[in-house]
Amino acid sequence: MAKDKGKGWSPGLAGLLSPVTFWLGLFFLAPLLLIVAYSFGTAGVYGGMKLGFNTNNYAQIADPLYLKILFRTLVIAVLTTLLCLVLGYPLAYFIAFRSRKWRNNLILLVMIPFWSSLIIRVYAWVVILSGNGIANHALQFLGITNGPVNLIFTPKAVLMGMVYSYLPFMVLPLYASLESFDVSLKEASQDLGANRWHTFWRVTFPLSMPGVIAGSILVFIPAAGEFVVPQLLGGAKTTMMGNLIQQQFLDARNWAFGSALSMILAVVLLVAIIFYVRRVGTDKLEVG
Amino acid sequence: MSIKSSSISRSLGRVPDRALFALVGLLYLFLYAPIAVLMFFSFNSAKSTEFWGGFSTRWYSALLMDQDILHAFYRSLIVGVVSTIIATAIGTLAALALARYRFRGKSFYDSTIYADTVMPEIVVGISLLAFFVAVHVPLGLTTIIIAHVAFNIPFVTIVVRSRVVGLDRSLEEAAQDLGAGPISTFLRVTLPLIFPAVIAGALLAFTLSFDDFVITFFVAGVGSNTLPLEIYSMVKLGVSPVVNALSTVIIIAVMVVVFVGSRIFMRKERA
Repeated sequence: MAKDKGKGWSPGLAGLLSPVTFWLGLFFLAPLLLIVAYSFGTAGVYGGMKLGFNTNNYAQIADPLYLKILFRTLVIAVLTTLLCLVLGYPLAYFIAFRSRKWRNNLILLVMIPFWSSLIIRVYAWVVILSGNGIANHALQFLGITNGPVNLIFTPKAVLMGMVYSYLPFMVLPLYASLESFDVSLKEASQDLGANRWHTFWRVTFPLSMPGVIAGSILVFIPAAGEFVVPQLLGGAKTTMMGNLIQQQFLDARNWAFGSALSMILAVVLLVAIIFYVRRVGTDKLEVG
Repeated sequence: MSIKSSSISRSLGRVPDRALFALVGLLYLFLYAPIAVLMFFSFNSAKSTEFWGGFSTRWYSALLMDQDILHAFYRSLIVGVVSTIIATAIGTLAALALARYRFRGKSFYDSTIYADTVMPEIVVGISLLAFFVAVHVPLGLTTIIIAHVAFNIPFVTIVVRSRVVGLDRSLEEAAQDLGAGPISTFLRVTLPLIFPAVIAGALLAFTLSFDDFVITFFVAGVGSNTLPLEIYSMVKLGVSPVVNALSTVIIIAVMVVVFVGSRIFMRKERA
């Protein structure tokens, strides 16, 4: 057990690490490896599985039907992330530069919807958008529409539900990075003749980049794996990868294809995040 | 000088940009209007949310009589408490190891913990489902708790670790110099010092467990709905007035807890 080179595993260390090794090894890593194995397997009857080296499950994603779902998933996830960033940044910025008392209360107000249930947050939009509900009443009252129009079960409804659900995930890390921000840097920039616009883009924004990156990842990943929002607010035209995976596991009982889809989703997300962090992360940080 | 001027500009706030002010107002409206709509319709005597049929508390009475919701609530509490205790214990030990020791394979632990936090929930959910089926563990409360511990450990570890890293080791060394053994040093010196972080990690774990839908959805099996699963099954087919009442209760409860919690926290900070 003990390793040499002065980085040995003392009994104390082994004691501290054995519970986590057991739990995450058995209930996180082993299941993932099982899915990897299944993704190369062949589906039998009723969820049965024949292992092997069958790459057909991966080849199936090339079907235009599935490619379209993958593409749609990424578009919705990217749009959700962008909208959360565009809306969340001014909010986090505003809160971060208030007095201490106001800051605490305002950020708590952002957190309360987050601490209530995710399902409830999505359900609220079902109530608003459904049938001749509040949203349709408002549209007619404002004279934008003459009668009730179909709002729910559309891609826009899904996007709305996603932005609403994930906005707090964006605001919190942004707030954390802006709150620790040294205001004197802003003042120095303005003393040196930069206007507020310049100061923001050249000083404040680059320094808040860690928050932007953290927030984007915190929104993008669950958004790309989402299946509740499209289930409740979307229709057949808004099926996302999450729905497809769920169908393969629970309805179609094709665990091999479902596993391959999960692997594809995980790998695509991993690549997207690495690309994003390299690209956005280093560029902007060096400028700052 | 610069410290003074910066603290002044922060406490007074900059002259608020009208546009920013208006935008922030709209964003808070965006955050709270949907919740207000739910609360409003929870008092609607009509079943529909398309019109107002008069004030009524009938959906609250229906909520109290709903055995399925009450049982789901108890299940969520049990799962939340049990999984939080286990995850906090395991996560805290792991945090101590990762913050204090340099060892071979450390980066493997780091990346596993990181991967666990960023892995899409649906992938974690279906992989656990496949695993439990493969090893013939029947789905139910036990599998839910196992899954919740697995996704909560990393969050506890991350929160506690940052506290352990910032800890002054001289106190523990002093205790050991004075003859305390490793276990009594841990219990009487280290643990009290990291306790705020342990509590913070536990609270985070409980919140995540209580609200988890996706992973639970796959590992729950039949007849062990937690509260989010129960709500989902009720709203899957559209508007449910009982859920409007339940949502109102949950949101008010969260607001009370947050309000009381922040008062206590702020008083402590001031003291």
